[in-house]
Amino acid sequence: MIRLIDVTRRFGDRLAVDRVSLDVAEGESLVLIGGSGSGKTTTCKMINRLVEPSAGRVLVDGQDVAHQSGPRLRRRIGYVFQRLGLFPHMTVAENIGVTPRLLGWDADRVRVRVRELLELVELDADAVAERRPDSLSGGQAQRVAVARALAAAPPVLLMDEPFGALDPLTRERLQGSFERIRRELRLTVVFVTHDMIEAMRLGDRIAVMSDGRLVQVGTARQLYEAPVDATVRELFAAPRRQARLIESRLERGAP
Amino acid sequence: MTELLARLPETTAAHLGLSLAALTLGVAVAVPLGVMAARQPRLAGPLVGVASVLQTIPGLALLAFMVPVLAALGLTSIGVLPALLGLFLYSLLPVLRNTITGLAGVDPAVREAALGVGMTPRESLVQAELPLALPVILAGIRISATWTVGTATLATPVGAPSLGSYIFGGLQTRNYAAVLVGCAASAVLALMIDGLLRALALGLERRRRRVTTASLAGLLGLGAIGASPAVCTLGTRDEAPIVIGAKTFSESQILAQVLAGRITEQTGDAVRTVDSLGSTVVFDALEHGQIDAYVDYSGTLWTTVLGRGEPRPGRTELLDEVGRALAEERGVHVVAALGFENTWVLAMPRAQAERLSVRRLGDLAPHAPRLRMGGDYEIFQRAEWAALVTAYDLRFAEQRTLDPSLMYEAVRSGQVDLVAGLSTDGRLAALDLVVLEDDRAVMPPYDAVILASERLRRERPDVIAAMRRLAGTIDDATMRELNRRVTEAGESPAAAAAWFLGRPLPP
Repeated sequence: MIRLIDVTRRFGDRLAVDRVSLDVAEGESLVLIGGSGSGKTTTCKMINRLVEPSAGRVLVDGQDVAHQSGPRLRRRIGYVFQRLGLFPHMTVAENIGVTPRLLGWDADRVRVRVRELLELVELDADAVAERRPDSLSGGQAQRVAVARALAAAPPVLLMDEPFGALDPLTRERLQGSFERIRRELRLTVVFVTHDMIEAMRLGDRIAVMSDGRLVQVGTARQLYEAPVDATVRELFAAPRRQARLIESRLERGAP
Repeated sequence: MTELLARLPETTAAHLGLSLAALTLGVAVAVPLGVMAARQPRLAGPLVGVASVLQTIPGLALLAFMVPVLAALGLTSIGVLPALLGLFLYSLLPVLRNTITGLAGVDPAVREAALGVGMTPRESLVQAELPLALPVILAGIRISATWTVGTATLATPVGAPSLGSYIFGGLQTRNYAAVLVGCAASAVLALMIDGLLRALALGLERRRRRVTTASLAGLLGLGAIGASPAVCTLGTRDEAPIVIGAKTFSESQILAQVLAGRITEQTGDAVRTVDSLGSTVVFDALEHGQIDAYVDYSGTLWTTVLGRGEPRPGRTELLDEVGRALAEERGVHVVAALGFENTWVLAMPRAQAERLSVRRLGDLAPHAPRLRMGGDYEIFQRAEWAALVTAYDLRFAEQRTLDPSLMYEAVRSGQVDLVAGLSTDGRLAALDLVVLEDDRAVMPPYDAVILASERLRRERPDVIAAMRRLAGTIDDATMRELNRRVTEAGESPAAAAAWFLGRPLPP
């Protein structure tokens, strides 16, 4: 469904992404994981041409994206941003309906679709549809952002650390909701995160990036059993150390 | 005063129309420019720079400068057009700057999201960035509106009807009630437009459709009121084919009314007068056929218009030479000399003149370094002034430029020691000022002459003949009396002219 072939992006002298090649199958969820500056967000943005590659090719559904109009391409690919980017001057309903309106849907069809989506992301349509984004809680706003990305029923969804700014409990609830939605709609997803637990929970496969290069791609088990280097090994080691820390403290009867 | 107030609705409407037209043009140009500048930051610096420079030009100068510019382009150079153009340029900066600032202030995450959901750059601008920048842009438009309405009072000296005619006319005739009416009406207009724009901003921001609609309707209503005089003028233009100009001081305005009255009386034609034109604006207007006639002075024409200096011929020869040169070089015709001379004179309070024993300009040099000199807008800029101070070796302690009426107030209350005034000014006698004799005849003669346009001479010999009958009918004493009636007794220039025209013509 998505194919990256030797994709490179330079910002000035800096190589942000260095010859990355990746395949994402239809209905698959691929998680891009790495530290900040590893090139994962830039890689994600090159899929819908928010960032243009300096070299290499990106194919979506077999078509080279370089030959398509950016806006038209992006209307077929949902995108949830790290900083949400909900339009503050529009209501929740207007935010969700924005891509369908750009596609020329009539008002009734947009209205029906908006209610459908609010239900899908488990929000009470009557309570939130006419509110402005700044009156929503972090979790609610995040659900609206997901609903907006899915509004025009895109087959592909790109998510750039969408749950990064949420408290752990809300994050877990949203991860659960999202996992259900993704399977229900059989979405092809590219998901950017720096959180290994999130990656394991939401990704069919995990692609590890470091310094703009793709270090290793595989299922969590493959990465765990045959890590190519210390970076990959450390991704598993760190959360386990944290878990052990909690257990040992509690066993010792910490107050 | 009642006659002034009767014209208030019409004048206010014209003022409103001019301001709103300039503001609308300004917004229509500045917002797209601001969008361009926000998109290409390299443009922003130069654009804001140019708009800022325009803004630093004093309003009166900017408006007056439009007159020669339009004349050079062969366009109507006095009246609404130069005022509109000047005000339009004046209105650009706040809108341009706030459009750029407003768009720059849009959260980059929102801009990226707009692209992310599939908007084209244009859709992003219209659906996301401009709506978010709108409060800032509207704030700019509000500043611009207030400035434009205020500055539109300066449209009067370039020939556009505005509330400024109350202010300029009121200052000339010491009618401070008129000045106050002009200021108050302009302030009320500015507050109304500002209030409506604020309501519009609020309505759009909070999505109160009723507030938005009501404020838009209010603005459109003001626009319709403003457009009404323009529509009326269009309809009546042909009925007043003869236009008489006047400078900013009352004598010029009285004489314009005298010309208009005489022409109507003799030919039955409707005549329109355009008051309070700048001193050089009025000649340009005549030369380019924007007005048909006005009264100027031979000495002014000699030095300021024709740029001649020494050696200077005598009074009669100078008048003949001015007539010949204007006809040949500028296509403007001297119709007649009215019979009086209005020269620049230096005058001081009688008590002081006696104390210093100064009777002539030749006596003044030793006292000058301790004397404060007051003059009107023009005198210190004129070649005659330079000639005067050189010839008599005058170096004053201070030279203050004042509005003529304020200048006489200043000498009365001792804030200046002497003034440069006009010899026919009724206030010289009223304040008992001693006119110092020009013992070396440095000042050129200033015979008042009627000037007419080439068009009038060619097409309306009857009008020329009617004006020619005024030759030699106004002597110095008559002119002083006419001036006194306006500046001291508070009559309107039209009333003073009517008093004069009611007198029998000499056989």
